[in-house]
Amino acid sequence: MTRELTCIGCPMGCALTVEVENNEAVSVTGNTCKIGENYARTEISAPVRAVTTTALTAEGIPVPVKTVGSVPKDKIFEVVAHIKRTTVTLPVKVGDIILDNAADTGVAVAATASMDN
Amino acid sequence: MREFELVIIGGGPAGMAAAIAAKKQGIDDLVIFERGDRLGGILNQCIHNGFGLHTFKEELTGPEYAERYAQQVYDLGIPYELGTMVLDITPDKQITVVSRQRGAETVRARAVILAMGCRERPRGALGIAGFRPQGVYTAGTAQKLVNCEGVVPGKEVVILGSGDIGLIMARRMTLEGAKVRAVVELMPYSSGLKRNIVQCLDDYGIPLMLSHTVIDIKGKEKLEGVWVAAVDEHNAPIEGTEEYFPCDTLLLSCGLIPENELSRSAGIELSPLTSGPSVDESLETTVEGVFACGNVLHVHDLVDFVSEESVRAGENAAEYIKGKPSSPGTPVAVKPGNGVRYTVPSRLYPESVTDCVHIRFRVTAPVKGAAIVVSCGGKELARKRGRIFVPSEMIEVILKKEQLAGLSGDIEVRTEEAAK
Repeated sequence: MTRELTCIGCPMGCALTVEVENNEAVSVTGNTCKIGENYARTEISAPVRAVTTTALTAEGIPVPVKTVGSVPKDKIFEVVAHIKRTTVTLPVKVGDIILDNAADTGVAVAATASMDN
Repeated sequence: MREFELVIIGGGPAGMAAAIAAKKQGIDDLVIFERGDRLGGILNQCIHNGFGLHTFKEELTGPEYAERYAQQVYDLGIPYELGTMVLDITPDKQITVVSRQRGAETVRARAVILAMGCRERPRGALGIAGFRPQGVYTAGTAQKLVNCEGVVPGKEVVILGSGDIGLIMARRMTLEGAKVRAVVELMPYSSGLKRNIVQCLDDYGIPLMLSHTVIDIKGKEKLEGVWVAAVDEHNAPIEGTEEYFPCDTLLLSCGLIPENELSRSAGIELSPLTSGPSVDESLETTVEGVFACGNVLHVHDLVDFVSEESVRAGENAAEYIKGKPSSPGTPVAVKPGNGVRYTVPSRLYPESVTDCVHIRFRVTAPVKGAAIVVSCGGKELARKRGRIFVPSEMIEVILKKEQLAGLSGDIEVRTEEAAK
């Protein structure tokens, strides 16, 4: 089976053609770098995404956060829900971990801005 | 009256990069005026990732990218004044500013860098029928509400325009629990990046309706829904294709316009093609000693290219302050030809080029299997091939100084179809 994908590794958005057998990518063409090949392989077998959203302080001030690495695509909503249940205390620095293990993915969540209280 | 060698208007990515570059060239008497309450500009509300791949070789979020530059501003001791709004610039570089700390004040500058960014095209510029109910926002306003104020403006959303902010907000509103019914795009192609269509729409099953537009808005006090219709090749709605979408929120992502009220007051010539100042190869405007960079000059798709351009503006402003003559000799015009919408710069002075010239432009419509050709008086200066060129991606061609010797006539940038 052949699948057409658009690489999301960078803004170039290469059009990838992937030969798929038994839920595995056996060949990838159309990519201009290694990122495209890796993207196609995980996208076919177990797609993942980095998640960005906001966590709130007790006063309701949003603090921008991201997952440190990618989480399974089908866990995105659980990860966001877990982040929303977490209260952040200011001040925070960029990179401060606000959650060690988001929705049992094993992936941490970090603040992406430094904010004073 | 306070006097500065260099005043930078705007503390976003363009202003910060320009200030850092000028400071590194030895300009110590400078200041950044920023109207917001922190440095970083629009990046502070762009909490998604995808920034910095070129500059830092890693994928950062907007606030992280901003903070890396802000940290350099702090480390280099570059003065900046927050909550400070520039109201007016005169052609002789007197700048009227107002702030809570200092009230209204006029300062004088030897050189100015314009880095005010851009703004979104508002509803009034789109000509959509209907009342003016609550619930219609530009995508960037909604982004600020959600990401900076912690307020989600609605539960059922239609987005008009498939620019990147609209795509990003489709995902953002979905993650915040809203239902995004559709993204409606007038053109037969999206004006956003392909990766954003995949990871913001396809991932969440949000339909992208190309060649469609919003023809009517229902609701008087509060938005109740929108009518969407297909359009023909002249962008006119096709009768019989109307479809009603109930929604409490309509987000507009219909293009960005460089913010040039100040440039106009300074008597700077604006390009009708970019809506930004017309500049030469040093990014100097038609007013001597006033430079422009970033989205105030032309709207960029990647902040990395803003930073890179702004370094050149900062360095060139420093050279000007140190006494390099402004615009020597006769300029050569740089013009968009077939298939190209605009070029920046729009003129260049071959004599004052130190090393090379960066020409940036966009195509008018997607072209496949074409080449970009830069020529002057029948002589080909550069050729760039690509599988596909699209209007949403800015293209750059670099010409070396040697190539500019003895040119006569205009430089033209055009697309050329490949031989069949």
